[in-house]
Amino acid sequence: MYDMNRVENAVGQDEIKISARNVQVWYGETHAIKDVDVDILDKTVTAFIGPSGCGKSTFLRCINRMNDSIPSARIEGEIRLDGEDIYDRSIDPVQLRARVGMVFQKPNPFPKSIYDNVSYGPRIHGLARNRAELDEIVERSLRDAALWNEVKDRLQEPGTGLSGGQQQRLCIARAIATSPEMLLMDEPCSALDPIATGQVEELIDHLRQDFSVVIVTHSMQQAARVSQKTAFFHLGSLVEYGETDEIFTKPQDPRTESYISGRIG
Amino acid sequence: MTGIAFAMLLTAALAGYMMNRRAALALRDGGQRLHSLGMFHGMYAALAVLVPAIIVTLLWLALQSSVIDAIIMSGLPDGATENVDTGMVQLIKSEIHSIARGRVFGTPEPWKIEAAERLNALQAMAGWLLLAVVALISAAALFVTRRSVASEFRARQAVERIIYGLLIACSLFAIFVTVGIVLSLVFESIRFFQMVPITEFLFGTSWEPQIPIRADQIAAEGAFGWIPVLLGTLVITFVAITISVPVGLMSAIYLNEFASPGFRGIAKPLLEILAGIPTVVYGFFAILTVAPAIRAWGAALGIPVAPNTALAAGGVMAIMLIPFISSFADDALSAVPRSLRDGSMALGATRSETVLKVLFPAAIPGIVGGVLLAISRAIGETMIVVMAAGLIAKMTINPLDSVTTVTVQIVTLLIGDTAFDSPKTLAAFALGLMLFIVTLMINIVALRVVRKYRELYD
Repeated sequence: MYDMNRVENAVGQDEIKISARNVQVWYGETHAIKDVDVDILDKTVTAFIGPSGCGKSTFLRCINRMNDSIPSARIEGEIRLDGEDIYDRSIDPVQLRARVGMVFQKPNPFPKSIYDNVSYGPRIHGLARNRAELDEIVERSLRDAALWNEVKDRLQEPGTGLSGGQQQRLCIARAIATSPEMLLMDEPCSALDPIATGQVEELIDHLRQDFSVVIVTHSMQQAARVSQKTAFFHLGSLVEYGETDEIFTKPQDPRTESYISGRIG
Repeated sequence: MTGIAFAMLLTAALAGYMMNRRAALALRDGGQRLHSLGMFHGMYAALAVLVPAIIVTLLWLALQSSVIDAIIMSGLPDGATENVDTGMVQLIKSEIHSIARGRVFGTPEPWKIEAAERLNALQAMAGWLLLAVVALISAAALFVTRRSVASEFRARQAVERIIYGLLIACSLFAIFVTVGIVLSLVFESIRFFQMVPITEFLFGTSWEPQIPIRADQIAAEGAFGWIPVLLGTLVITFVAITISVPVGLMSAIYLNEFASPGFRGIAKPLLEILAGIPTVVYGFFAILTVAPAIRAWGAALGIPVAPNTALAAGGVMAIMLIPFISSFADDALSAVPRSLRDGSMALGATRSETVLKVLFPAAIPGIVGGVLLAISRAIGETMIVVMAAGLIAKMTINPLDSVTTVTVQIVTLLIGDTAFDSPKTLAAFALGLMLFIVTLMINIVALRVVRKYRELYD
């Protein structure tokens, strides 16, 4: 199965998954995102870096319309997923979120069994016709999240009983169980220790074969390790976007250079 | 006299405060480095005066009258209290007290007048004695604390220790009062069970407590089986809970998850007003509005309906419980971390799927705790059922019939012509004890449930 995906991988590498044009976000009077234009590629890991409060998480949450639940948030501009405007009236945000999965900063497994955590999405969206299919989805998702071997004997135990790193991989398994097209990760390793971080990073690299992955991170090393593309945000604007190697070795903008060399942040 | 004692005490405390504070400040000005601020030295003196003196005064006042009574009664001439029962002795004592207060009826025997004069003298003396004791304690405390002022004296910790002791005393007070209430219930119940066998009370199916209290009265034989009374309580509680739990939960879910902030801002205070209505007003509502309405429906449908149905009492009780359950459930839902909500929404769940499948299960412990507390409130609720439920104990579970409850029976047994040595009156204590046991068990279960599932999400 993965071999097939790898073939597709080579083909899909340059396809644009998300295309954002002139995106503005206001929280009440605060202009949080200013004129962001960006094209996010399929089958690629894109890292968003920048100092705290620079708007990278806000922009991430625009991609699956999680900002809708914040009453004071106002979004302008255009974000297209596979050419479709996701802020169009015809788009149901609930369906959109099934296509664009999200993993949060702090692991947030539901207070349910491991199995129920993973099968939550497939059940809601009716992805399995019977128990056997559901079992299969759960197993595949847990395998893809590199968690299957650790939990296969205790699927009925609560997900909250796992360690922090395992919980985060459970959340990733839960997100990929709905067969999304892309995965948004909001600082997925900031609550994890270095070993768990290493496991999750390995997993992200693996997930690239199937999804377009966007990761917000505060760790420059992490961005350099896992991503192919990097976007640097500063004070709500997208300062620089390009190949990760280029951004880290020869940044074009002086602000990017000062940030990655530790002078601002 | 007590007033003067307290005024003296306050003055002494204030004086101690000023004196010690000044002494401490003088030490500091003299170039010494104080361990504690001057204020703490002052506080220490004031508390050292107040605490022991107040404890002694309270004990004194509690014991004074019984000590004086004992002296008076033992000083009566020989034969005055012989060959009479305890009731007669009580009568003599209260006659002496009223003579002492200047209310003389008829012509009392000279020894009673003499005893009354002695009573007045003793009381006056006791007052002066109390004053002297308080003065002595204050002076001693002032002297001791004044000597304690020194640069290395840890007045700050000393004050803290005294306050710590006061905090312990307050919590012990609450515990002792509870124990006292329970013990009084237990002792009266034991007296009742000496007259009526406990098995008859616990398993009897007939409740007719209106027995004669004087030999010449005509009344029923009396039967003290609490099963029908318990059954009535359970029927009304069941009606109240089946109505209030769904309504309360759904209103909480709506207010917490779906309502706009504006609507929530209006609806929540309104619900809280509902919680503040006196139960007696709910009682009116039950008799004047709900009961006739239910009877009219029954008549329209051709169903026989009693004038004071369990449905009316339980339904109105449900209205009383709705804000209670709603606010419990609201707190429980609000306590579910936002991250779970976001996690579910990000998987493409709708709001109601999120509420039903994630928030509600996570909030279950709080909600169950609230429901169990509501049940024990429904069981113990008195005013609504006194007004709206029946008086006759019937073995029935039909909510359209008239039933009575444990609380109603306690009230009716204790009002009117009562004597505290008849099973009729003592039965109220037995019922009270059973009610206490039932609600206590429900509360224990509620606390267990809440504690067991509390840390599920974290």
